[in-house]
Amino acid sequence: METPRLTAERIKEYLAQGKRFDGRKPEDFREISIEGNVSNKAEGSARVRLGKTEVIVGIKMGVAEPYPDSPNKGNLMVTAELLPLSSPRYESGPPRFPAVELGRLVDRAIRESKFIDFEKLCIKEGEKVWSVFIDIYSINDDGNLVDAAGIAAVAALKWTKMPKYDEKEGKVVYDEPTDKKIPLAKDIPICITAHKIDGTIIVDPTLEEEDVSEAKITIGATPEGVISSMQKGSPVELSIEDIHEILETTEKVRKKVFSSIKEYLE
Amino acid sequence: MSAAKTFKRPDGRKVDEMRKMEAKVGIVPNADGSAMFSFGDTIAIAAVYGPRKMHPQHSQNPEKGTLRCTYSMLSFSVSDRIKPGPSRRSTEISKITEWALEPILMIHKYPNMVIDVHINILQANASTRCAGINAAALALAHAGIPMREMVSSVSIGKLDKQLVVDVNKDEEDWEEGEGATDIPITMTPNGMVTHLQLDGKITSKELKEAIELARKATKEIYEVQKKALKESLNEQMGED
Amino acid sequence: MTKSETHADRKIVIPGEVIFKGEDYLPGEGTEKRGDEIVAIRYGLAEESNGLVKVISLSGVYQPRRGNVVIGKVENLTFYGWVIDIDSPEGAFLPLQEVPGFVPKDGLAEIMDIGDMVAAKIIGIGGRGIDLTIKLRGLGKIEDGLIIKINSNKVPRVIGKEGSMINLIKEESGCNVTVGQNGLIWIKGNKIEDELLVKKAIMFITEKSFTSGLTEEVKEWFEKEKKLK
Repeated sequence: METPRLTAERIKEYLAQGKRFDGRKPEDFREISIEGNVSNKAEGSARVRLGKTEVIVGIKMGVAEPYPDSPNKGNLMVTAELLPLSSPRYESGPPRFPAVELGRLVDRAIRESKFIDFEKLCIKEGEKVWSVFIDIYSINDDGNLVDAAGIAAVAALKWTKMPKYDEKEGKVVYDEPTDKKIPLAKDIPICITAHKIDGTIIVDPTLEEEDVSEAKITIGATPEGVISSMQKGSPVELSIEDIHEILETTEKVRKKVFSSIKEYLE
Repeated sequence: MSAAKTFKRPDGRKVDEMRKMEAKVGIVPNADGSAMFSFGDTIAIAAVYGPRKMHPQHSQNPEKGTLRCTYSMLSFSVSDRIKPGPSRRSTEISKITEWALEPILMIHKYPNMVIDVHINILQANASTRCAGINAAALALAHAGIPMREMVSSVSIGKLDKQLVVDVNKDEEDWEEGEGATDIPITMTPNGMVTHLQLDGKITSKELKEAIELARKATKEIYEVQKKALKESLNEQMGED
Repeated sequence: MTKSETHADRKIVIPGEVIFKGEDYLPGEGTEKRGDEIVAIRYGLAEESNGLVKVISLSGVYQPRRGNVVIGKVENLTFYGWVIDIDSPEGAFLPLQEVPGFVPKDGLAEIMDIGDMVAAKIIGIGGRGIDLTIKLRGLGKIEDGLIIKINSNKVPRVIGKEGSMINLIKEESGCNVTVGQNGLIWIKGNKIEDELLVKKAIMFITEKSFTSGLTEEVKEWFEKEKKLK
């Protein structure tokens, strides 16, 4: 059942007082837990829980031709699947917009921040480069899959070990991982999605709150505040004041989220 | 008999030894029932939604409920990445899983309704469809669906001439002698067979032995499944 | 039954498991008689009283019963009444005749429209689905308040023996609480804080074990919560 209208009214009334159903303040994230190496055939993987929301991200690497306009850079492909297992609202079938959106939001945050050093993934310019596949799967959807997926993608990348490449055969030898980590930049991109509900800006909505959300913006930036990606979703307008407030709030939240996850990412 | 004792399985197991199994229910809070089941490092998760109204209406069965299973491997569950989306193999396994589970489900009580079972493989080291069926059976029980029996599934293999229990990937790829024969079987605790497949080369006599081995193995699996279900309620009830 | 499997006189059973053997037993809900054995066909707690054996489900979807009070959402309007979603596999219907007072033919939407929440009672379960009534006190369209959803199997714990738990919750919070057997609960208080206190208390109860003395525990919980304020 979709969140009843009465509950939606209550959510808004409470938010007007700066409070949320589970006792959080508008700028509080739920408890984050990160587990690495949850799938041993992946070059890297992570499971992230945000409250009851759970996602798993796996990294696979392969060798392919580079794109014609970047002959000396590795490739990146980010895909997301909203598994029917994770919610009564999802059905099996080709990815619908929410899954496409999820993949593209995380893609943008990782790609535009230059978190992955693509030039170091070049094997032979114009001929062979490493391709990085980031695959995101929802395991339980209780809201805010995007931010959870963003954290999981970064965690999985941090733990990714490059597989061995057999130059002579021109093949990747998957069962022999090297000790070499995938080349990453120092600064970590973190996705924070801000939602506007009846005049109040919140982050990390539960499923109920997401149902009631009017406008949302996902921002990918480093904890130092360098923004590399932004996307406004939903057909409701935002004022410039709203956007300023969102920028300030997400900057604060990002720092807090980063400090609570940074020990996992070492 | 002594040949069996000296037969070397790639991971050192005895011929009738299963990998370490783990099972847990309630792993997906949104689902009506859910479970995880693993054979060594083959890990399957399953979630059940239903019984619920079936759409589209023309697919509804007015005489009994419909069981709908989907089986899918996560792209990174195997060494060579699987492109997301259904494949012929996953479509076939989805159907086989339905056939393995339907005989024990009492879904005549749910006309026009559907019970959706979604299985995902997180990590693959052969026997994935069997792990999936075991997880699905657990999830169905956890969802309170009326079931005549539980079912338990295992892969029996024949490596050259040697029968083994619970096949892993190295054994699936066995090339010596007669190569590998893979026999996934699903049975109830009373020995009724709800699913049986075979790939390879085997005589009737060997197959009968394989089925006997499966009988023993599925009994072991049943105990693991039973324990997972009972432990879950025990936790809720505050028992030690 | 081994000690680890029992709780008082109840045993955890899984489908296909033999609960009792012997001609003295009768198969109740969630069980089946096979020969002289009573076998579980559902996962849950097996209970026996006066020879009748049944299995109480502790997980899974809501199983509607006649007499249950339920809370649902209006999905659709027809000429004859309202189609209500009570989160159960079968559809539920509130016919015109089961609404107090006279309803003009085109006046359905004014009484209750799509999206409105309603507290109703199940008066029949037939081939067509579930029939509801709102002709009793305390039932009808829900105008205001907080609606939460819990697993329907936990409802008996929230209500308690002879209503002891739900009455405690109402007293301590000062709220009106209507618990639907389908797991939807309507909470109405004077202040949002009171309504949220009830929500928190209910979540506490559903996460807690079956231990006897839960009512005492909840009483203490309320005292602690109130001190925090």
